[in-house]
Amino acid sequence: MSRLSSAFARAADEGRAALVTFVTGGDPTPADTGAVLDALVEAGADVIELGMPFTDPMADGPAIQQANLRALAAGITTAGIFAIAAAFRARHPETPLVLMGYANPMTIRGADWFADACARAGVDGVICVDIPPEEDEALGPALRAAGVSLIRLATPTTDAARLPTVLEGASGFLYYVSVAGITGLQQAAQGSIESAVARLKAATDLPIAVGFGVRTPEQAAAIGRVANGVVVGSAIVDLVGEHGANAAGPVRDYVRSLRAALTSKEHAA
Amino acid sequence: MTAATTIPNSLRTLPDERGHFGQFGGRYVAETLMPLILDLEREYRAAKEDPAFQAEFDGLMTHYVGRPSPLYFAERLTGYYRKRAKPGHCAKIYFKREELNHTGAHKINNCIGQILLAIRMGKTRIIAETGAGQHGVATATVCARFGLPCTIFMGAKDIERQQPNVFRMKLLGAEVRPVTSGSQSLKDAMNEALRDWVATVENTFYIIGTAAGPHPYPELVRDFQSVIGKEAREQILTAEGRLPDLLIAAVGGGSNAIGLFHPFLDDPDVAMLGIEAAGHGIESGEHAASLTGGRPGILHGNKTYLLQDEDGQITEAHSISAGLDYPGIGPEHSWLHESGRVQYLPITDRQALDAFQLCCQQEGIIPALESSHALAALEAKAQEMRDDQIIIVNVSGRGDKDIYTVAEALGAQI
Repeated sequence: MSRLSSAFARAADEGRAALVTFVTGGDPTPADTGAVLDALVEAGADVIELGMPFTDPMADGPAIQQANLRALAAGITTAGIFAIAAAFRARHPETPLVLMGYANPMTIRGADWFADACARAGVDGVICVDIPPEEDEALGPALRAAGVSLIRLATPTTDAARLPTVLEGASGFLYYVSVAGITGLQQAAQGSIESAVARLKAATDLPIAVGFGVRTPEQAAAIGRVANGVVVGSAIVDLVGEHGANAAGPVRDYVRSLRAALTSKEHAA
Repeated sequence: MTAATTIPNSLRTLPDERGHFGQFGGRYVAETLMPLILDLEREYRAAKEDPAFQAEFDGLMTHYVGRPSPLYFAERLTGYYRKRAKPGHCAKIYFKREELNHTGAHKINNCIGQILLAIRMGKTRIIAETGAGQHGVATATVCARFGLPCTIFMGAKDIERQQPNVFRMKLLGAEVRPVTSGSQSLKDAMNEALRDWVATVENTFYIIGTAAGPHPYPELVRDFQSVIGKEAREQILTAEGRLPDLLIAAVGGGSNAIGLFHPFLDDPDVAMLGIEAAGHGIESGEHAASLTGGRPGILHGNKTYLLQDEDGQITEAHSISAGLDYPGIGPEHSWLHESGRVQYLPITDRQALDAFQLCCQQEGIIPALESSHALAALEAKAQEMRDDQIIIVNVSGRGDKDIYTVAEALGAQI
């Protein structure tokens, strides 16, 4: 069983949704990211998404845009991202690590180079925002050959006719983008999330993680009642932006509150 | 794969059904946009086959835009270069006068086509990105003409240097939204437009200003702009009884160039030259010449030549011409470059400024700084050709918008 499958299975065994947390690699500096990642794990995150900064993050809201620019200004490189990933893997042999980012930095040295670098650094999966199934060959075959999961995104505009296309070649988990929009702004109505997750569960055995706009423990708990995983990104990135090199403590406290909400019997209907 | 260098029988059949021009083009967009992109493609195919759509487009081209634009023999400019050329040398120079279109540039051709598509798709709101403001003005114009609300995304830096166009857009009823992220210029305006679109796909149509972006945009923008080349072909046959020897056009994203070139691609005796903006010079690193100084990558929905560093981070473009100040180029140009069908040449800010003044003085035409890049190539190209040969230069826009920039560059007070 892969680290990703194990993480979702372990959370399910505990009767809760998995907590998936996102931070931008190299934010506020390449040297500070390791401590933030450790805080996420200590606070109970089940899956870590590490953002690969890009100069033009067109699917991201202001929080993650600024994090990308902070990290690039602080000197993060692709080599630096893989160094952060490899060091994380050495410290945390069990926690799945997923790289999330944009097509150009991922493919510029060739898809095979990228897939190989992922495998060597102990990266379990990749989410590429701007490679839809129609352009799968730009990255998908290389990742599959290297044994790295390609995590696909489904959105409110992905209708029933299109869903099989999205699921083909998907692995690890399915990321449901709950709002048509950019990261970190508004949250979808709970009702629409519930019906979407039900629709996705009927179409795939992959775990369904729901993200975009999730900020409070209450929101996380509500989504956790229906989905296999809850993704929180911009709210954590905001804390890193606010506290800089001292972000590990506040991030740990915040992620603990999310994890507690997912675990709480009060919320587990 | 060697698709990029395999030449099909006709050069006019691309893109393929997946929107690829060899290795270039494609649909590199977020999943949220993908269903809409597919929908747009279906709608465009249907519109292309619909005589009513074509008739409405043609009617607006004639009565609203003022087409056909003239093909004009630039007699004094030809004479100017002939005096400096070896005996029997220097081609006859014609201008395709896109600067005489309504709104003063070729941009309107594409905007008319796209707004008709938007209406056909039942969309009720328009967004667009703009650099110099020409595409923004053209978009605001068609939105006023068809009564649709529109929001134009424009880099905060560009807003500062293009105040007259900002005011024009506002007069036409558009909301101009300043973009303060990134380098605050055209590429960031495009990022912000995409961010808006992903949240508003239900009711909003994105009128992309150049022959770039996700498929089918490069194809449909090219098709709408091909009116330039179709007219030029007929006009030169009438005037000279034969096809031209060389076509020259400036290339930012490349819509005026592909519009002129495409109807001639299968004529092997017609050479083509695309002019990239070399800014302060390629060696200075401050330029916008994606083909000369960049390499293939993925940005804004398509794979194409981009200015970028070794990690694939996009680097900032520079050109005195805000309309060429973009770190990428339309994917069909990348393909035409690699296939060798079209040659691409960089021209600096300085050369463009010289050509701008020469055109004013010799022809009484104030060309846009974008078009001045194409005109600057005449200095070397026209004089090396024989005097029985013919060049058509696309004067894609008028330069009234650029007088402040030019005055500053020349150290003049206005």
